[in-house]
Order: sequence, then C-alpha cells, then structure tokens
Amino acid sequence: MSATPSRASDAMQAVLTAANSLILGKPREIRLSLTCLLARGHLLIEDLPGVGKTTLSQVLAKLLGLAFQRVQFTSDMLPADIIGVSVFERDRGVFRFHPGPVFSQVVLADEINRATPKTQSALLEAMEERQVTVEGETRLLPEPFFVIATQNPTHQIGTFPLPESQLDRFLLRLRLGYPDPAAERALLAGEDRRSLLNALTPSCQPEDLRAAQALVRGVHASAALIEYVQSIAAFTRAAPDWQSGLSPRAALGLLMAARAWAWLEGRDHVLPEDVQTVLPGIVGHRLRAVDESREVGAGETAATRIIESVALP
Amino acid sequence: MRINRPVTQRQCWWLLATAVSVLAPLARQLPLWLVAAITGTLLIRGLLTYRQWRLPPRWLLVPLTFIGTGLVLWHYRTLVGRVPGIALLAVLLSLKLLELRVARDALTVVLLAYFLVLAQFMFDQGIPAGLLAVLSVVITTATLAAASDDRPPPLALVRRCAIMLLQGIPFMLVLFILFPRIDGPLWGLPQDRHSATSGLSDSMSPGSIAQLAQSDAVAFRVKFDGPVPPQSQLYWRGPVMSDYDGRTWRVTQRNIVRPQVPYLIDNTARDAIRYELTLEPHGQRWLMVLEMPDAPPANAGLTSDLQFLSNQAVRTRLRYTQTSVPDTAFGQDETPQELASALTLPRSGNPRIREVAATWRVQANSQVGAGDTAITATPAADALILKAAEEFFLRQLLAYTLTPPLLGENAVDDFVFGTKKGFCEHFASAFVFALRAAGVPARVVAGYQGGEINPVDGFLVVRQYDAHAWTEVWLSGRGWVRIDPTAITMPRRIADNFISAVPSGEPIPLFARADLSWLRAVRNRFDAVANGWNQMVLGYNAAKQREFLQNLGIGEPDWRRMTALLAGICGVLMLLLTTWILWQRQKLDPALRIWQNFARKLERRGIQWQPWEGPLDFAQRAGEHWPERREQIHAFAQRYARLRYARTTDEGKTSALNALRRALRAI
Repeated sequence: MSATPSRASDAMQAVLTAANSLILGKPREIRLSLTCLLARGHLLIEDLPGVGKTTLSQVLAKLLGLAFQRVQFTSDMLPADIIGVSVFERDRGVFRFHPGPVFSQVVLADEINRATPKTQSALLEAMEERQVTVEGETRLLPEPFFVIATQNPTHQIGTFPLPESQLDRFLLRLRLGYPDPAAERALLAGEDRRSLLNALTPSCQPEDLRAAQALVRGVHASAALIEYVQSIAAFTRAAPDWQSGLSPRAALGLLMAARAWAWLEGRDHVLPEDVQTVLPGIVGHRLRAVDESREVGAGETAATRIIESVALP
Repeated sequence: MRINRPVTQRQCWWLLATAVSVLAPLARQLPLWLVAAITGTLLIRGLLTYRQWRLPPRWLLVPLTFIGTGLVLWHYRTLVGRVPGIALLAVLLSLKLLELRVARDALTVVLLAYFLVLAQFMFDQGIPAGLLAVLSVVITTATLAAASDDRPPPLALVRRCAIMLLQGIPFMLVLFILFPRIDGPLWGLPQDRHSATSGLSDSMSPGSIAQLAQSDAVAFRVKFDGPVPPQSQLYWRGPVMSDYDGRTWRVTQRNIVRPQVPYLIDNTARDAIRYELTLEPHGQRWLMVLEMPDAPPANAGLTSDLQFLSNQAVRTRLRYTQTSVPDTAFGQDETPQELASALTLPRSGNPRIREVAATWRVQANSQVGAGDTAITATPAADALILKAAEEFFLRQLLAYTLTPPLLGENAVDDFVFGTKKGFCEHFASAFVFALRAAGVPARVVAGYQGGEINPVDGFLVVRQYDAHAWTEVWLSGRGWVRIDPTAITMPRRIADNFISAVPSGEPIPLFARADLSWLRAVRNRFDAVANGWNQMVLGYNAAKQREFLQNLGIGEPDWRRMTALLAGICGVLMLLLTTWILWQRQKLDPALRIWQNFARKLERRGIQWQPWEGPLDFAQRAGEHWPERREQIHAFAQRYARLRYARTTDEGKTSALNALRRALRAI
C-alpha cells in the first residue's frame, strides 16, 4: 500500500481528531506532541502527577498503531532494566539477549528524573543513537522510535534533575497544566478514560507515519525564514538573560519542529508564525535564566522575550 | 517614538547609567555636599527602579527643585558662571530622574546629559577627558536608542550606537577642519575664583620653590629649531623680584613700559636659539623665555626689569615662537631709580651677614684706592665685592636640600651661619641680601632651569620641579650679570638637573627619580602623545587653520568661502550616505518593500505592525481593528506570506509581485 501526500495528511488529521475526543481541552498540546513526533524528535512532558501525561502518550501510540512500552523510573533502577540483558541458557549453553523495554516504537519513560543519572543516560544515549550496544553487539532500535519522558517539577523531593546536555536531546518540552473548567466538567461527567483508551483503534498505518515524516522534511524553508531562525539562535547567545544560548542542534530542532507544525497546518512552507508557535517548547527546557530565583527568562517568558526582540528579516 | 509612552524599567536603568556616566567626571568640580546629595538621589532612584515603587509626587518634587537651586545659589552666591551653572544642571538632572514618567522626560534627560558631556571640556581637554567623554556619548546615545526600543540586549544597543558614532566621524573631521575659527575663546567665560593652577607666584619666601619641586606637572614644552643648547644655558626667565621685607621677595612692578627689548640682539648670530614654546596655563601673566630673548610675542610686553608679561593672565595654553641669544648684556645705562630699588633692604635684621658684607666693601674700596669708607659706592670695587661674595658662599659649605629646616627671624643669618641647608630660593635670597648689604645692586630672578628632552618627540619638557631662582647683579660697564649662587655651591644642579644635586633619601617626585627608567620611558611616551594632542587638536586655531587650508590649495579663506566649503562637503557626504542606504534598500526583497508600504498604510489607520510579527498574525490582528477591510487584508497577507516564504520560480515571482501590488491597492 502506497501512502500519498493527502492520505498521510488525512491520517494525521484523523489522529488529532480522535485524540481530542479523548483528551479534552488540550488541542494545542496534542498538536504539539504530534508535531514533535513528525519531526522525529523526542518529547518531554513536565507537570504534576495526574494531569494526563501518561494518557497522552498512550493515546498517541495507540492511534498511530505503534508498539508501546511504559517504564516507570525509580531510584534503584539499573541501565539493564531498560536496555535488556543477556542471560545464559544452560540447556543450549549460549547467552541469549532479552531485549528491554527500550526495544519498542513508543517508550513512555515515566518520571525519568526519579532514576539515577547512570540509568537516565542509558536511555538518553539510546534516544540519540537510535541503537544500543550490549556486550559488544550493536542492536538497532525499531523504527519509528519515539520517547515520551515525563518528569516531575524538579523541586520535588527525591529527583535527579536532568543535566542540560541531556535535556537538549528532547526536541520539545510541554506542560499540560490543569484542564479548563468546561473540559474538566466533561471529564468528570464522561465515561471512564481507561475503558475508552482500551477501546481505541489505530487511526493510521505505520506507512502513513513514515510518509508524513518524509513529507515534513520536504516542507520549504525560505532564505528569509532560515535567517529568522538563525537570528533567534544568535539573539539567545548575545542576550544577558540566559546562562548560554541555543545550540546549533536546538536551532535545527526549531526549524524541524516549525516544518512539522506548518505541515500539520496544511502548508508546504514554513512561516515565522510556525517558528513562534513551537518556540516555547524548544527553549523552555534549554535556556536557563542567569538569575534562576527570579524565573525571568524561563519557559513561556523566555519565548515571549525572544519573539518580541527578534525582528523578522 | 510616541512621546507619551510610559518609561519602562529597562529604560530607567539606561537613564541612570547615563546620569552616572556624565556626572561622575564632573564630581571633582562640585562641592562634597552636592556630590553626596546627587549620589543619594541616584541611589534612591535606583531603589525605586529595582522595586518598581511609585515615583515621588509632584508636590514634593517642586519644593525639592527650589531647595536644590537655593542651595547652589547659597554655596556659590551666584548661578552665573561655569561651575555654578554646571552644579545647577547636575541638580536638575538628578531631580528630573525622579520625574521619569513618559518618553518626553527621558528625552529631556538625554539632552541634558549631552550638554553635561560637553561641559566636561570646560575643565579639561586632555586625551583621558576626551576618551571619557566618548564613553559618555556612547552610553547617552544608547540610552536614546533604548528610549525608542529597549528590547535589544544592552551590548547590542551599545554596539549599534558606537557604529553610528563611527559613521559620524567623517562629518566630525570636516567640521573640525573647516568650521571657521575665531581668535580667542568662543565665548567669554567668567573667571573662576575657584580654579587654582600650580606654578610660580609673584612672591618667593623660604620653602616656596622647594614645595613646587614636589610637582611633576608640565610647566611648558619647547621645540628648538636647531640643536638643543647645553643645560647650563637653559635659564627660563620668569618673574623678577626686587622687594624684600626680611622674609619674602616680591615682584615690584607689573606695568608694561617697553614695547622693545632695551638691548641690541643679533638674532642672525650663530648662537641664536630659535624655538617654539607651548606654555601651560598658570593663571599669572609671565611668559617664560630663554635668556636673553628678542622682541616679545604679540599681545605681550616688557617691564623695566625685563619681565615678559602677557596682556591677560595665561588661562589657556599659549604658544609663541621666540629667538634668544645667550649671554647678551643689557642694562648698562640702567636708571638711578631702578638701581636704588635694587639696593633697598629692611632697616634691621640679619646683623651678621651685614657685618660680613661691610668688610667686603671696606676691603674692595681700599683695593681700588677709594678709601675705606663703607658707605661710598665705588663701581670699580663692585666686581671685587662680587668675587668676595662668591668665595664667601663657597667657603660656607652650604648644602642643597629639598627639605630645608625652618628659619628664624633673621632668615639669611640663620641659613648662612646656622642651618647651612637650603633650596635655590635660600641661596638666591641670601646672596642678593649680602650684595645689597655691601652696596652692590642685585635682584632675584625666578623661573625654570633646565628641562628634559623627551626622546619620543624631541620636545624639551620643563616641569614644575625645574623651578629655580637665581640672581642678577648690576656691574658698572657690564650691566646686569646673571649669577647663580646655587651653581656656586652645587654646580651639578645646573650642569645636570636638580635631582642629582639633592642628597639621596630625600623625597623627590616619582617621575623625576633616575632609578625608575622604565617609568620614565612610559611617561615620556604618554607625554609625547599628550603633546601631539595639544599641538594638533587643541592648538588648531585660526592661524593653523589658515596655514592648513593654504597647504590644501584653498588660498586665503574667508568665513564665507569656508562655510560654503563646509556645506558642500557635508552635502556630498550626505549624498553618498543616502545613495548607499537607498542601494541597500534596493537589495531588499521587493515583496518586503511592498509589505513595508502595507505596514505604513495600516499605521496611518492606527494599527502598528511590530517588526517581529508574522504576516498572518498581523493580518488577524489588523482585521479585528478594521473589520471593513478584513478580507482584503487577509488576502494580501496570504499572498505576501506565499511570496516570501514559499517556493517560487522566477517567472511566477513577477506575476505574484504584481498581484501583491494589486492586493495592496485593494485595501
């Protein structure tokens, strides 16, 4: 079965519609998480427990028809618990590799900052390389491979905050936040979410996702737009508000996410508006304010400040 | 910039930085209480900004302004004049900061700051002051930029303004070179009672020159036309002192009586020394000249005792060329009044030196066969007395020191027979006293002796520590003869410099010390730069301008031609700049130019496009403000976004641009 452009696009719109019917009042966040996936990036969701982080990732995996594994991170977890382990089989006298939960298309790493840095880095390396090496043997991870990590706000007790270098590997960071009153009323009145989730059927084929990802890569970014993205990166480096500016990887990610957003909006070219829309998710976890106690220049504030400081070329 | 927009917190910080940068260099000129009050005001303003507290109400500010003005008036007794005026402006600037509400207030502060930057030059025009002023101008200009858009990071603003100022340099140079100069200061500044400059004064008492020797400030600089004469010839004549009250020597008369020197000078002679002297302001009227000079420079004259006096006190740096011929005799036909005043002594005091002097007279008179009466002045004996005096001073084994002990009522006796330690003024004073006591006309000449060649630019630099006092003795038939009593006892003072004559261990100015050669090298370099600045920039007066323009082939320029030239060159520069800017704009994407026209069109409707706003977002916002044209606006923005951000071919682009123009007209 071949995927045509319109087919891929329709499939993704269907995914969005279905997800919105299950997760109420969060269309923007759902669209952003799909954007992240289409840009082949990993997603970090940071929020309080119980606002629907896990549900969001499960819904996405189900609707896209992807294999889903959930790993609950704890402080006593070892890298092998994620990657897998070779076990000696006495009957046959050989070692056999038992793949860990990372060998899945969508991995939900729940409360990633509860694990020790060693375990965190095992997952994060797999995310970057899209492969793992166990006992000298390199094993490719499935395709597509998509990590959704959730993290509690770092000021909670018993957390190991992710270092900047690892945060940079997440393309977007989202905050879900509490639902608005209408959505919350609907949630309380409606059917049990778990049964709804179990009843969910995929809205698209794996080919559609692959096609969509390829199409996103083909979205046109004009010279003016590339100049705009570069000015944004340059501004974050020159401004005194942050400890360090955006890395080139972050700038690439910004452009890629903007492409994905533009494609979801049905355009074949990127507009500055697309860049501005995805910018809060890109900079929120990457820019660290010089004066962290004052929270100036963090998250949304940082994005607003950048947007309003960088003129369109 | 909308003039009624409120001032933001960032803009407040900028304005505070501006105030600090322009007020700090002026702090030296203001009284301490005022500096403290202004600092306090700025600190309070900083706290208000930091905490974002409300500004003080108007009913408090108005009385504060009156109190500030009143205090300045009370301190200076006037509001007119350089320092009082600046003090008043500083008070107003700091109070205006408490009243920063809208952009108009910010503009007032910026303009005031520009003026205060200029005011610094009323006190100091040296290179450090210039650099400081450039810094202040950059900060003030950045504040001006921040007043219209405070979002860029501070360094970016500073850089942008620095570039703008650099672009202004061609205009600055043209204005500097061509702006018609007026001889003399541009405006008459009231003389300040508060300003003080170091240098020789019109009186000399024991210790006064020794005190001057602690200063290494430059007194004047000399550029010789030929080779530099030997140190022993470098006697720079200043005030001549003849009145003695037992302690202090004073200048007798200061009225100019002669237009010409009273002696014949052959300035074509082989040993004639031609030089150009740049005198630092010293607040007095003397012009230092190498002995013996020819005619005085313009605006100056001579007194009967051969002091060169300027018509006004020297308050600005003065430059004059002069020719001198060493060892020229003068005053053979000196008037009896002049000779009489060169013999006057207090009635009493210093009995021992008088006694010694009397014996010289008796011996000399008997040698020339004029009897042994001590009262009769016999010209032939005067030379013998001078010789006796020189021998006497040599025998006394007097010591040269920078820290002479205090002297009692009989200062000369105490020095010659008691402490035996003194600086040049002790030697000169005692020597003239002894000669006058013996009936030989003599007087004290103050000035500078020696100087140091700066190897970097070849100028001879004479500093305050080169200040010196020597004597002139009148001998019949020979006229006034220079005798340096310091040289009699301490020849090294004259042959080398005063440092070598001072015993080791005495406090001498840091830069004069021979053992710190690297420091001297640094000082020499710095001094050469400062001198170049003085000669080329500050000394660029009407005469230099004429000379420079003539070298350029502009002939004898009058102010009309110069103004025309000025306007012409500035016009050409502006034209070049405008062409360049237009050319830059030509390089812009044509779609972007049409967008800018669109933005201007909507701005006239009161819808302001923010330079960061995406086209569709703006169209959305503009459509809400102007519902009647919403569809046209959306259509235009869609077309523009496609043209600028989507993939286009060259043929498609031309027609798309035309369509975009049509869409703009449709609005």
